[in-house]
Order: sequence, then structure tokens, then C-alpha cells
Amino acid sequence: MEQVAFYILAFLAIVSALFMITRINPVHSALWMLLTFFSVAGIFVQLNAEFIAAIQVLVYAGAILVLYLFVVMLLNPKSHGFIKIPFRYALGTIVSIILVVQVFIAIKTSNILGHEGGITDQMIKEMGNVKLFGKELFTNYLVPFEVASILLLVAMIGAIVLAKKE
Amino acid sequence: MEMTLQHYLILSAILFGIGITGVLIRRNLIVMFMSLELMLNAVNINLAAYSKYLHTMTGQIFIVFVMCVAAAEAAVGLALIITLFRNKATINADEINSLRG
Repeated sequence: MEQVAFYILAFLAIVSALFMITRINPVHSALWMLLTFFSVAGIFVQLNAEFIAAIQVLVYAGAILVLYLFVVMLLNPKSHGFIKIPFRYALGTIVSIILVVQVFIAIKTSNILGHEGGITDQMIKEMGNVKLFGKELFTNYLVPFEVASILLLVAMIGAIVLAKKE
Repeated sequence: MEMTLQHYLILSAILFGIGITGVLIRRNLIVMFMSLELMLNAVNINLAAYSKYLHTMTGQIFIVFVMCVAAAEAAVGLALIITLFRNKATINADEINSLRG
């Protein structure tokens, strides 16, 4: 059952990602990207990361996708989406296939894992994923969390300064 | 058959490869940015899978930071694209060939 769900989600994610990079109209690309984000959120639920799945839907499928759609609609570009020379088109595909095959070989031949942490399935069942997540984030990772908020503030100011008219 | 770490790693590698292909073959700057987001998503799957199979929370914490950086990158990058479009009236990566404003 778990595997059937995984294969359905993986198939959806890969097919919609392929459609995303091959549609000429950028609006269609953005909508296929939405489907990819939802499938990836399903994968996160399978991996016991319910909170991550929720913020995947909120941040990626909500905020970032709307930003992209807004810019596409605002600019309404006339240019064709693909590079013009078919030779380079094929070359790009071959380069990425070689890269993926390399990663496959690395995955198949290595079994190096890091240190095991102390969070068991029993703990997740008792306390819940979100509580464990918050405990870790606000104790061991408090400083990076605050730095992330500064990063978002700087990005917001930067976007306003760049995009405002003189 | 049990779900293993390899399943998730392979899915992540395929999505990452599709993202790279998108950046290499497309010339529309917005779609190239979308492919970048796809690559970040693939990395997030990796982090979540390792987080589950190593029984630790660190991977999930890092996903939050990756998402934070992705949001900042999208905001600044799209503002840059808007400025570029105002000055050059194009977002085709092949037609942008001068750094001078």
C-alpha cells in the first residue's frame, strides 16, 4: 500500500516536472509546477514530515507560485521559450542524463550513512512530529532561525528597491 | 517489499536531473528560475528521506532553511527580472549580452 502510494506520487511528480520544462507558455509551466509541488508534499507526508508537507503547500504552492504567476502575467513576454539550435538542445539533455546516471551509480554502490539520531517512531507517535520539530528548531537551531528572518527582511527590502520605479 | 532510502534518493535524482535539463535547454529566464525551484525541491526530498531513515530531526530543520532561501531568491530574482524587462524589453537569456545598463 505504502509503495503504491509512493509510485503514484513519484510518477505524478516526474511527469508534471517534465511537462513543466517542455511547455512553451510560461503560465502552463507554472501550473505544472504547482502539481509537482503537491506531489512532493505527498512524498513528505510519507516520510513522517507532516509539518514540512504543510509548509510546502503554504510557502511553495501558495506564496512562491503566486509570485511567479504574477510576474509572468505582468511581463507577458513574447520570446520563444527554447534555445534555437537543436544540437545544443540535445546536448543539454545528454549532459543531465549523464549526471543522473552518475548519481544512480553512487546511490547503488555506497552505503555510507551518518550518525543515527535518537528520534524513534514511538516518540513521533507519542509527541507528534510538530512538537519534536519545534523543540529541535528553538533549542539547537535558534540562531540560524533568527538569521533566516534577517535574510528574508533583506530580501524583501532588496526586492522593493529593485522593482520600484525611479 | 519495504520502502528503502534508495527509492527516495532515486526519485530525488530524477527530479534534480529534470531541473538541470530545464536550466540548460530553456532560454526564458522565468522558466529557468522555476527549474531552479524544482532542483531545490529535489534536495528537500533527499533531506527528508535521510531525516526519516537516520531517526533525526536535523534534515527537516534544514528543509525550512532551504525553503527560506528559496523564497528570498524568488523575491529578489523576480525583482531583477522585472527591472531587466523594463530596461531591455526581453527576458530571453540569449538576447541579454551586456552588463552595462
